[in-house]
Amino acid sequence: MELTRFLPAAAVMAGVTYLVRAVPFGLIQRKITNRFLRSLLFYIPYAVLAAMTFPTVFYCTSDPLPSLVGTAAALVFAWRGSGMVSVALAACAAVGLTLLLQA
Amino acid sequence: MKEYSQGFRDGIPIALGYFFVSFSFGITGVAHGLFWWEVVLISMTNLTSAGQFAGVQILLAGGSLAELAVSQLVINLRYALMSVSLSQKTDERFRGVSRWLLGFGITDEIFGVAMNRDGAVSRSYFLGLMSLPYFGWALGTLAGAVFGSVMPQKLTEGMSIAIYGMFLAILVPKAKSDLRVLAVVAVAAACSCLLFYVPAFSGISVGTRIILCGLLSSVFGALIFPRAEEFEKTEEA
Repeated sequence: MELTRFLPAAAVMAGVTYLVRAVPFGLIQRKITNRFLRSLLFYIPYAVLAAMTFPTVFYCTSDPLPSLVGTAAALVFAWRGSGMVSVALAACAAVGLTLLLQA
Repeated sequence: MKEYSQGFRDGIPIALGYFFVSFSFGITGVAHGLFWWEVVLISMTNLTSAGQFAGVQILLAGGSLAELAVSQLVINLRYALMSVSLSQKTDERFRGVSRWLLGFGITDEIFGVAMNRDGAVSRSYFLGLMSLPYFGWALGTLAGAVFGSVMPQKLTEGMSIAIYGMFLAILVPKAKSDLRVLAVVAVAAACSCLLFYVPAFSGISVGTRIILCGLLSSVFGALIFPRAEEFEKTEEA
């Protein structure tokens, strides 16, 4: 990617991410007590992850079938309580195998 | 020094997990046309998984700088709450400049381990704790980028499913044990699919879709299922 596009974008990402972490840590001493705000902050990570995952996960491969098989494998392993790395490896293995079988 | 080495030890498992997650970030980045040093630079200056993946998605889709900034703000907003919690647990010497410097290292896992510690969190402990995960994150990205550059693109494309596998590993057990989280996750996923598949919404970019659906479903959750309990830590990078 050309530098005139990449560098400002990288700076914006790093700057915003840093400020979100450091400003409250550096300034705020009291606890947030507002219940709505606490609930909102509790749900945001899960909601954002879900919105990022669906439906993008179905299109990791140009043909959706390997991605669908990989998603199914990830769901099964995650349901059974496997750790993050195991679930990710299972999804990769399922995609790899399907690609291999298709070839 | 004892504090530092204790933190350093506690950081080892985090660093191993980070190596793997950032490996898939490196693969994904180069598979979609970024240079190896670009993905490594992003990892070394951001140190966050969901934000980086979303940022790169938006960057490659031609999103604007404003869109990038808002997406990072929303996706990383949880760090603000964590840094507030952490500020209550630090010892009296961990103030001023050291907070502004070390605040960079607040991630879900580092926060989780620091909060789990018995007693106060000192500067040395926190610095030790973030040291190895930082390098694990950077080196994993580099390894993934190099690996991704030599593998056939069809395969590296497929391997980019790793990050979504990790997201599912966070979402599924939590949604299974807490139906309120399941409801929020279902609303977010349905909203995202709606905007993606319905032709009338085809003008909406990836970044806007993530921000809009993430915020709407969280507001839905906070209104319908407010949390009575104390803030629970999340287990995600």
